[in-house]
Amino acid sequence: MTRPRVRIAVICALAALAVAIPFMFGPYRVGQFTLVLVYAVVALGLNLLVGYNGQISLGHGAFFALGAYSAALLIEKADVPHLLAVPAAGAVCFAAGYLFGIPALRLRGLYLALVTLGLAIAFPQLIKRFDGLTEGTQGLTVIQPVAPSWLGLADDQFLYLLVLAFAALMFLGAWNLVRGQLGRAVTAVRDAEIPAATLGVDLGATKTRVFAVSAAYAGVAGALYVFAIGFVAPEAFTLTLSFGFLAAIVVGGLATISGAIFGALFIEFVPVYASDVNDALTGVIYGGVLIAFMWFLPEGAAGLFQRVRGLMDRHRDRRAWASEEKDLTPEGGAA
Amino acid sequence: MRKAGIVWLALLAALVMALAACGRGDEGGGGEGGSDPGITKDSIKLGGSYPFSGPASAYRSIEQGAQAYFASVNADGGVNGRKIEFVTLDDAYEPPRAVQNARRLVQEEKVFALFNTLGTANNAATWDYLNKQKVPQVYVATGASLWGADVGAHPYTTGWQPDYVTESKVYADYLGKEKPQAKVAVLYQNDAFGEDVLNGFKKAIEGTDIKVVAEESYEVTDPTVSSQMSKLASSDADTFLDVTTPKFGAQAIVAADKLGWKVLHIINNVSASKLLVLEPAGLDKSQGLISTAYFKDPASPEWADDPAMKEFKDGLKKFESRANPEDPNCVYGWSAAATMVEALKGMKKPTRDALMDSVRNMDTEIPTLLPGIKVTMSGSEDAYPIEAMQIQRFEGENWKPVGEVIQAEH
Amino acid sequence: MDGIATGSIYAAVALALVLIFRSTGIVNFAQGEMAMFSTFVAWALYEAGVPLGLAVLSTLVLSFVAGMAIERALIRHFEGGEPLTLVIVTLGMFILLNGLAGWIWGFENRGFPSLFSDDAVTVGGVRLSVESLGIVAVLLAVVGLLFLLFQRTKIGLAMRAAALNPESSALLGVRVGTMLMLGWGLAAALGALAGVLVAPRLFLDVNLMGSVLIYAFAAAALGGFDSALGAVVGGWVIGVSENLAGTYVDFIGADLKILVPLGIIFVVLLVRPAGLFGTREVARA
Repeated sequence: MTRPRVRIAVICALAALAVAIPFMFGPYRVGQFTLVLVYAVVALGLNLLVGYNGQISLGHGAFFALGAYSAALLIEKADVPHLLAVPAAGAVCFAAGYLFGIPALRLRGLYLALVTLGLAIAFPQLIKRFDGLTEGTQGLTVIQPVAPSWLGLADDQFLYLLVLAFAALMFLGAWNLVRGQLGRAVTAVRDAEIPAATLGVDLGATKTRVFAVSAAYAGVAGALYVFAIGFVAPEAFTLTLSFGFLAAIVVGGLATISGAIFGALFIEFVPVYASDVNDALTGVIYGGVLIAFMWFLPEGAAGLFQRVRGLMDRHRDRRAWASEEKDLTPEGGAA
Repeated sequence: MRKAGIVWLALLAALVMALAACGRGDEGGGGEGGSDPGITKDSIKLGGSYPFSGPASAYRSIEQGAQAYFASVNADGGVNGRKIEFVTLDDAYEPPRAVQNARRLVQEEKVFALFNTLGTANNAATWDYLNKQKVPQVYVATGASLWGADVGAHPYTTGWQPDYVTESKVYADYLGKEKPQAKVAVLYQNDAFGEDVLNGFKKAIEGTDIKVVAEESYEVTDPTVSSQMSKLASSDADTFLDVTTPKFGAQAIVAADKLGWKVLHIINNVSASKLLVLEPAGLDKSQGLISTAYFKDPASPEWADDPAMKEFKDGLKKFESRANPEDPNCVYGWSAAATMVEALKGMKKPTRDALMDSVRNMDTEIPTLLPGIKVTMSGSEDAYPIEAMQIQRFEGENWKPVGEVIQAEH
Repeated sequence: MDGIATGSIYAAVALALVLIFRSTGIVNFAQGEMAMFSTFVAWALYEAGVPLGLAVLSTLVLSFVAGMAIERALIRHFEGGEPLTLVIVTLGMFILLNGLAGWIWGFENRGFPSLFSDDAVTVGGVRLSVESLGIVAVLLAVVGLLFLLFQRTKIGLAMRAAALNPESSALLGVRVGTMLMLGWGLAAALGALAGVLVAPRLFLDVNLMGSVLIYAFAAAALGGFDSALGAVVGGWVIGVSENLAGTYVDFIGADLKILVPLGIIFVVLLVRPAGLFGTREVARA
């Protein structure tokens, strides 16, 4: 089997597995996996910005919250159907990300990190400020999508599959983006700005566009979060969340598409397992696992798979050479 | 090549299998005939969600108090022969985790009822789900007035502590008697808790001569409240209403002292702890503080010989030795658990509806609550379990009760 | 004046952040938690009967050693790799130290004795607490000492070189590894000092530094991440502006108070991206 065929086979297997999940597990687990999908979409967007484009954001929790609140308000207060709320949230965040990306152009590294941090801190405050609209600290309950009876699915199964559908679209989009012109411009900007500029890449536009796209991803994820949890409040969108997203992409593997899934699995399941093991030592275990993970897998989980794949490639090549050599060495009977 | 693909598949399948719980098809149903999940003839399973980690981790001692009480009841044979198992999960004070914990407790752990889940936002996030599933969500650990406001919509949810509206009524009542023309400056935490008290207070003083002349808020993520205190001190208030959580309560006391702001300082119940607030701030600066109480202060010598408090301290030492017996949160948890046990005792049948009946029709005294404060609920007319508080003033080294217990019903 | 006092708190932690940055080139998210942990150690010593001054001194020494150990045992492994990996490691340390402190000493609030007396003096009609003055004095002294260290001593020079360009410095005979350890050790000690200075005011619990860290980060960025004086001035600016924000509260509403210091920083960084006192980065084409 050639490499591309292997990849397709793997993706098909994964897709099959993903669809099978709601039928293999009880509602609680399925709910967890639904959240994993939500976090994976954010991680995807953040990775575009950080991994592929080399910028940094400590404030994606704010875009996530913006998407969540946009969707929540549209559904609860403007009677917008659930399905429409998702792209609407994405659009709102795209605009916000673009606006934010413009002044952020002048900043890099630590300073950009700080400003995005400021965004993450400021956003919950904005929610509280406009509590006439957002219900402020009381929080807003949102009706979750209900499975249509003709499908014969339970609510949690339907919800999962709905979120899966959106997530798959987002993944496809990201995959296309990375391989397309914007993607190449994006990585060029990260790796070598000056040469990229001389080759005609508009640095500023690329950077703001990536910021906008990455924010849009967080926004879509926020809307899906509302589907999954059915409740929004300022307390749900803390700094810890923003840091969690950053951890997710590093743990998953920077500049990889598959890394988003690993990272999302990590930030959803590890804190729960940590507190199951010993609820007095939750922080110690989670922090310890995070550090250990980075120690053994600095390139993230996706990096591990790439390394293993590399090893297997070398193994395959070596065997090919070995068999070539055999062909070259004279067989017994020859002169 | 083919091998690589199969290896990935195998790895992933293994991963997913490892994550598998018992799989689908194992839901619903009850325990033994006629009863609900989580209750058998010799056990009751309760579920709770607390902030064991994260910014609100100081409240984890509530769970310790509750566990200690259940353990001591179990040591005495349990409730009607049933031993109580209290399964608690960490939600780090985050609503999405609280939602997941609720689902897990109901669907996987199959608890009989949720007890004492902590946090206004967390409970608001889960109460629709729990009421739809008809799972009791009783004695939630938050003082929001929300829980008793609409029994019809959420019949399975109740609060426990005197809620913030009751508390602010008590302060208004006290001021009405002692200082009817009071000009009040308010410092409040900018969240549901602070707003509830502030708004409750404002409502309670309507029609009186008491006025709020200045208000300043702070975020729970702020490092200090010094600038807010400076502003309040420069107003013309003669009374200071302090609606804070312990760390900030201590800061406020010290700030008032440093600023030389000597007004009547009313500090809310959450920050009235000698251990957590007054001692760190300095007992000398805390003289004359007014607050409310509804359970006995473990750090107060007044209750040192009280049999209920002795039982509490012994129970804590025996069953939750890492807990601090002077931490009022432990008494809180202990008392709430005691209320739960009373409710369980009053159940006529081993069903969730019977539990709610028992909870909603109760008139009892809990030994660790102050004398004169009862837990009473009556169907939909009285949806708040505890609606009385005792004003206390800090003198010398301890809180001393002032006047009678004030009943502040809704 | 109150703004200066609050600002001094941010400045103290910002100094530690700046120190780590200057000597190792990274930002340590766990700086605050390390400081908090050290403060708890000091508290434990004091509660055990050790006189305050000695407790603080021992804590500074212990923190210095611990900082060096952390660099050698943990951080060293990640040097030269992807910087974000190290950022996540420091994040992991944050979570771990927070949980560990809570497990050992509990999550409740407690007091911490002040190194200074409780009095106040009146200077030019303004009432200043001895404690605030003391903190400011200590901060300025530290800034002075750091200046001397980095600008006037060989070790300081070596530390700066090791941070800026490890490869070339190694070629020149600088023991890069040791310099990094020194940097972390010093920053840890500085963090501990910040902790014992601010704990009396802020009270001690595991979340002592959590809220301060953001402001400290902002202070360091405002002042320029490679300037100790900048960190202190940055802290004061933020403290004062936070205070001033209170004056305009009616206009923007209490919820958005925090936007004032953030806004100031944003504007300053737009105009002077390297911070008020930072050295401007000139990119070589």
